[in-house]
Amino acid sequence: MMKCQKCNKTATFHITELTKGKPEELHLCEDHARQYLTTQSDEEPAVTPSLAGVLAHQLAVGQTAEELARLDQRSCPVCGITFYEFRNQGRLGCPYDYVCFMAELEPLIVNIHGETDHVGKISARYPEGTEHRTQLVRLRREMKEAIDEEDYELASKLRDEIRKIEEPPKKK
Amino acid sequence: MDLNQLVTTSGEWLRGSGPESDIVISSRVRLARNLAEFPFIGRAGQQDRTEIESILRDSIMQIQESGDLEYVNVNELKGIDRQFLVERQLISREHAESEGARGVAIARNEQISLMINEEDHLRIQVMHSGLDLISAWEQIDRIDSLLSDIVNFAYHPKFGFLTACPTNVGTGVRVSVMLHLPALVITRQIDKVFRSLQKISLAVRGLYGEGSQAMGDFYQISNQITLGKTEIDLVKQVGDIVPVLIDYERRARDFLVRESHENLHDKVARAYGILRTAQTISSEETMHLLSSVRMGVNLGLIDDLQIPLLNELFIHTQPAHLQKLRGIELDTADRNIERARYLRRHLNKNNGDESGKN
Repeated sequence: MMKCQKCNKTATFHITELTKGKPEELHLCEDHARQYLTTQSDEEPAVTPSLAGVLAHQLAVGQTAEELARLDQRSCPVCGITFYEFRNQGRLGCPYDYVCFMAELEPLIVNIHGETDHVGKISARYPEGTEHRTQLVRLRREMKEAIDEEDYELASKLRDEIRKIEEPPKKK
Repeated sequence: MDLNQLVTTSGEWLRGSGPESDIVISSRVRLARNLAEFPFIGRAGQQDRTEIESILRDSIMQIQESGDLEYVNVNELKGIDRQFLVERQLISREHAESEGARGVAIARNEQISLMINEEDHLRIQVMHSGLDLISAWEQIDRIDSLLSDIVNFAYHPKFGFLTACPTNVGTGVRVSVMLHLPALVITRQIDKVFRSLQKISLAVRGLYGEGSQAMGDFYQISNQITLGKTEIDLVKQVGDIVPVLIDYERRARDFLVRESHENLHDKVARAYGILRTAQTISSEETMHLLSSVRMGVNLGLIDDLQIPLLNELFIHTQPAHLQKLRGIELDTADRNIERARYLRRHLNKNNGDESGKN
């Protein structure tokens, strides 16, 4: 059982702080974690807090190290980004991440926006062919990987699939 | 696009006209959009980026609204030209400094700019002089609608428009106003004002997105939230706070005029004096002094200067502008000398004093 770095209680909060790109692990009990997180936001009146930092904070709170480690391993079937990579960079890999990481992203989105549902402008073209477009992201990645591995047979098969889905550029 | 044609003008956002333009410099609305069939920029390979650029570029150049749009290949620009576009607020610093296929379509009047392959595939920006958020929103809304007839923007029925960073998801809209708040800075009320803005989810940044010590007392106020509110609500959220801030700034100016008129007049006059006589001067000091002079003109303490000229000096004394105006690249020391020369020439010509010409 890991001890809090500031006292003898059990560390239930595992925070990864990203300063200048270097991850620094903090293991704290609930009280010290709260103190740490709140003083942080007081000291810097958050003109523009580094987003990666905010994400790391929000995601780390309330999750055990094991849960977090398991979550970090998960990857998007479409673009291949792992949750760990997202946490580190603060940027998602493709539109489908919002679907495949929905459960993890929702609390984060609530933290940022205080809401989870879009009420603004509606896309004129949704949902026309959404599935196909998601497929395209995946197929293009697989094709690139096939080329990198010099599996040209697979690559050309994938290229044909892509061509089939790709509509000729529409002109109105 | 011939960037050299832009150099001699001051650009839309410093035109110095429009409602409340003594305090409200400009109004800006930005939309983040991504193509549904490509990964976000962070996971996009060279091939993807090239394709994204060509699809968006072709689509942008087709739409009616863009009758006078010109496309600039940012990847091929020299460093100084990229810096120049940053100084004019036509591209972001990140866009200037990143790598790979990317570009920007710019309207000749500089009200519209569309950045391709920034943090998102497409960042549309509309900027109007003075306090003019509603019409800026209407214009960007039209451009967005025209584009969504041609391309497929990534969208989810629950989350709205999907962006690389979850802080922009939903509407993808960032509404901001740039304010000149020198009296709130002098009276040390600015931090208090900002803290209260943050409590109502508004973000505050400096002129070029820097932190608390803003250059030339220019501050950008923008919405922090992009999801769960309509675009119009977000425009109103920012727009509604502006009259309050204008009122604070005016009251702080009144207070200074009433309670320490000599000190204020002295500060303004000295700033003007330094700008008219200095032989070498940094960009930061120039901004700082121009800020005092600008307020002095607005308060009637200086009567031989016009706001448009001052606004022009704010931008023309920025490093890349200065070098482009001079037509050669200069190191920091030479820039400081050239900047002082430029200021003397422009600030002394009103009184027929030719001493600045040497």
